[in-house]
Amino acid sequence: MFERIKEMVIKEFSQVFRDRRMKAIIFVTPILQLLIFGYAVTTDVKSINTAFYDLDHSYESRELGRRLEASGYFSITVTPSSAKEIGELLDRGRVLAAVQINKGFGRDLARGIPTEVQMIVDGTDSNTASVAMDYATRVITRFGREIGTRVGMQQVVKPARIDLRSRAWYNPELRSRNYNVPGVIAIIIMLTCLLLTAMAVVREREIGTMEQLMVTPLKPVELMLGKTIPFALISFFDMALVTTIGVFWFDVPIKGSIPLLVLSTAIYLLSVLGVGLFISTISRTQQQALMATFLFYIPAVLLSGFMFPIENMPVAIQYGTYLNPLRYFLVIIRGIFLKGNGIDILWPQMAALLLLGVVVITTSSLRFRKRLG
Amino acid sequence: MKLIRVRAIAKKELIQVFRDPLSLAMAFLMPVILLLIFGYAITMDVNNLRTVVYDLDKSSLSRELVAQFRESGYFTIVTILDRPSDVDAALDANRGQVALWIPADFSENLRRGKIAPLQVVVDGSDSNTATIALGYVEGVTERFGQRVTGGIARAPIDARVRVWYNPELKSRNYIIPGLIAVIMAVIAALLTSLTIAREWERGTMEQLIATPVKTTELIAGKLLPYFFIGFIDVAVSVAMTVFIFDVPLRGSLLLLAFLTSLFLFGGLSLGILISVVAKSQLVASQIAMVVSFLPAFLLSGFMYAISNMPLPLQNMTRIIPARYFVAILKGIFLKGSTLRQLATETILLTLFGIVTFALSVRKFKKRIV
Repeated sequence: MFERIKEMVIKEFSQVFRDRRMKAIIFVTPILQLLIFGYAVTTDVKSINTAFYDLDHSYESRELGRRLEASGYFSITVTPSSAKEIGELLDRGRVLAAVQINKGFGRDLARGIPTEVQMIVDGTDSNTASVAMDYATRVITRFGREIGTRVGMQQVVKPARIDLRSRAWYNPELRSRNYNVPGVIAIIIMLTCLLLTAMAVVREREIGTMEQLMVTPLKPVELMLGKTIPFALISFFDMALVTTIGVFWFDVPIKGSIPLLVLSTAIYLLSVLGVGLFISTISRTQQQALMATFLFYIPAVLLSGFMFPIENMPVAIQYGTYLNPLRYFLVIIRGIFLKGNGIDILWPQMAALLLLGVVVITTSSLRFRKRLG
Repeated sequence: MKLIRVRAIAKKELIQVFRDPLSLAMAFLMPVILLLIFGYAITMDVNNLRTVVYDLDKSSLSRELVAQFRESGYFTIVTILDRPSDVDAALDANRGQVALWIPADFSENLRRGKIAPLQVVVDGSDSNTATIALGYVEGVTERFGQRVTGGIARAPIDARVRVWYNPELKSRNYIIPGLIAVIMAVIAALLTSLTIAREWERGTMEQLIATPVKTTELIAGKLLPYFFIGFIDVAVSVAMTVFIFDVPLRGSLLLLAFLTSLFLFGGLSLGILISVVAKSQLVASQIAMVVSFLPAFLLSGFMYAISNMPLPLQNMTRIIPARYFVAILKGIFLKGSTLRQLATETILLTLFGIVTFALSVRKFKKRIV
């Protein structure tokens, strides 16, 4: 039995590597993806293009502009000369925020009279907009308090008496990259593994070489193992490759145990291979396999907690996510990378993933055998 | 280029499409499923933050503070902890995302008019949620402090912020129009990236080569059926967006249809180009994934703002057609943009379509190797 599986694995490998482009694709694309997406997937809000419309031209108004820029969240790219221009800039998307300081701002402040600053934010991107509003309000309020104290406006600037000391654990600088890179690793591996498994099996059927395999003494189980082992190995290798890049290129700390990560990856790949094999049993052509892979993959990514927290989803869908292997693996990989979690904390996820993997791979193998028979 | 030959190829391709009803069904199902997920299942709003409390003060004031957190609607108090080490354990095991640590002299300090420290820890692994959570924490404590110390002071500068285009800051309004572009980029690539490779792999390309059809005609004919499928997909998506998700459509529908055609032409040509270059369906599907699906999803500015990316990557997004279509859709839906305002995007999309179409014609070798 092992002899036959070995032969089959060798055949699969030589088929994959015979195509020079395939070789490049297997090793280069995961790296390329991680590099691009490691940089692209950032939810940090910084250097928002801002128009600064200063009608006052006073020391105070210029200082406020400097403060906004110094916060790092705003970068003043335009200083418009009319109110009409602001509308135009926002319409064209040249700026996302506009600050207008009316005449008399500096004079009022110096005399201790409360004054105001107008700000317009482009709300199309609601997330960036609310963060920008929050930052701007903080910078402006702080500036006002400072000037107010200097000119003796104590009666209006009652400081809050609670001294809030907040800290962020695990990711103290709040770098979104630390959170996203492990997630990106998980989704890259999933797609590579799914697509390779689903298409390779259907390919034999489509170009008619499946008949040749069936007349060999290979048993269905051996055929299936021979088909999946190479892709499991390739996915494993890719996983090691992208993890290394994540750690050394993106400086994402890996605080937990590497053997645990290897073990969890093996369990994860089990269920991903299972799904890939399942897709191959329901598809007649590679076109169908490709479409079906994406029909599974995109919802799986969206409903995994990769970008959108699961707790905020409707309850029915939250239950549905228990069937998603990515959901568990994300908790595991992020836990190991960022928190240094051990098996004592991650065992529920690992157990669930293992159970899911065993069920999926058994179902798919049974279907696979039936299709062959 | 003879129209009759283009029609013949298109007809052949259409028959082939209908012979594979499963793929066709999936092509129509994909946008519907994605829109439903984005419309109903996921939101970018942050609330229900799991909060644990370690209260050393155990006074009426500290309980009031906790109540104020609960009532804000952003925090769900999951447990009251007894030991400081429980705080670590709760955050480690993901039971809590926010921890409030109220020191023993909290109410004492407040009552005496001294400054009362309050310790808050957030799980920073998800930096986005953490940033927003910190903002909420600050807001709640500020309000609580003002209430306890009495009277709301007027700040020297009143920041008056107005929000344009999406005044309620609904993330749905922002995400869904852009999503249509992503869906179409994906469908276009999935549909066409295998068409030519399939003919090579199955050996039917020889038959096509033997006919008098020219390369341009062959490629144009192959594009047409998928163009119609794509167009129907967009129409369904736009209808769902407007009627089910109540996203306002402020601009012209005609302009939307025109620019959709331009985008589809480019997206489908890219798929064909992949197919011509790859020749094998396995290779084609991998290339399609790397050059069309992932960039459309992540580099188009549909969810992750392009201005936040490093400069080289920002420049790279310029060659991604989905980027322009995302801008077009957001503009037409939310801002009611006109063709003049979208001129740059329109020109670049046209250019992209022509270049990819020409490239696939050039790269296609009408001979058996």
